[in-house]
Amino acid sequence: MNEETSPSNDRRDFLKTTAVVAGLTVAPGMLLYGISEAKPDEKAVSSKIRWGMLIDTSKCADGCDACVNACVNEHGLTEETTPETKAQWIRKVGLRDKQTGTVHSLPMLCQHCEFPPCTDVCPTGASFKRADGIVLVDRHICIGCRYCMMACPYKARSFIHETLENQKPHSPRGKGTVESCNFCVYRVDKGKQPACVEACNQDGHQAMLFGDINDPNSEISKKLKQVNSSVLRPDMRLNPGVRYQGL
Amino acid sequence: MKVCLKLSILGNICLGVLLSLAVSAAEPSSSVTLPKPPKAKQNFSDTQKCVAPIEDIRRNHGDYLKHHRNETMHKGIRTTQYSLVACINCHVTADSKGNYPNINEGSKHFCKSCHNYAAVSIDCFECHATKPETP
Repeated sequence: MNEETSPSNDRRDFLKTTAVVAGLTVAPGMLLYGISEAKPDEKAVSSKIRWGMLIDTSKCADGCDACVNACVNEHGLTEETTPETKAQWIRKVGLRDKQTGTVHSLPMLCQHCEFPPCTDVCPTGASFKRADGIVLVDRHICIGCRYCMMACPYKARSFIHETLENQKPHSPRGKGTVESCNFCVYRVDKGKQPACVEACNQDGHQAMLFGDINDPNSEISKKLKQVNSSVLRPDMRLNPGVRYQGL
Repeated sequence: MKVCLKLSILGNICLGVLLSLAVSAAEPSSSVTLPKPPKAKQNFSDTQKCVAPIEDIRRNHGDYLKHHRNETMHKGIRTTQYSLVACINCHVTADSKGNYPNINEGSKHFCKSCHNYAAVSIDCFECHATKPETP
């Protein structure tokens, strides 16, 4: 009876460690919010969700390329090629205001537009926007014409010139097709964050926030309501899913 | 009588030729050996070896894979029954030294073993991984 009423040491320790772990996951900020829950594997994606990203340029450290390295590792963008034709799904860009001299460092990736010009020009339907707003290339039907690369105002896409080997099972890539950031779609479908966001958080910058911008209760929606954010090339009215804060 | 004899000789020759043909059909010449795909790592269930009955999956796996790829690519459906990654994870096995067979050399790779024999080229592995991901 005594044993039942007073929790054993093991149980106490367990509760303590759980509390600590929970505290840790809350403290870095990004882990608990953003994605509410994983979609069941057999369920199709829905347009009720729109995945988006908010990048805080004031937190994005100059010279840090954790997001780029994470992307390269995640998708195996390591083939030997010329610098001109290197596949870049995400890159760091430095901006300097000529008038004031202010400098910004920010990651550039596919902006996952609501009205993506790449899908408009694609002759085969290989460039498409998924119901949840993620813009993808179906490389099964991509013929490598590269119209989408010319249409994209953000230069977000890459063409693969070389025969590739040892691709990652979750990220198939091959010669003669166009590819770009896919928001790590296989991770998102499992309720996880894109690799770049995870890496940025792990490095303690927390400059990238990923989540459902259609859900008013998601962390990204709440932050978008509070802060001033802008899109790149708003004149084109593409309504990108990637927004920048502090530009 | 002479004619009959001639005919019977001719018949014997014909029979001989037919027999030799039959033998060669049953035992293929050494240049074309029957495919011997490596064994999978595990059975799909207690009652079923693969994700569909063997005769069904042998004939229709191409259609199943193609259907599933569109479901995954466009709708984000990520069930594993007909996923190529799941096929590779179970069917492509390492040798005793831990090396996986090369898809471009020989016919030891599970997919290549039959596709070589049937002379059907596959494009899957221009892009897709040919072996399970090693941790």
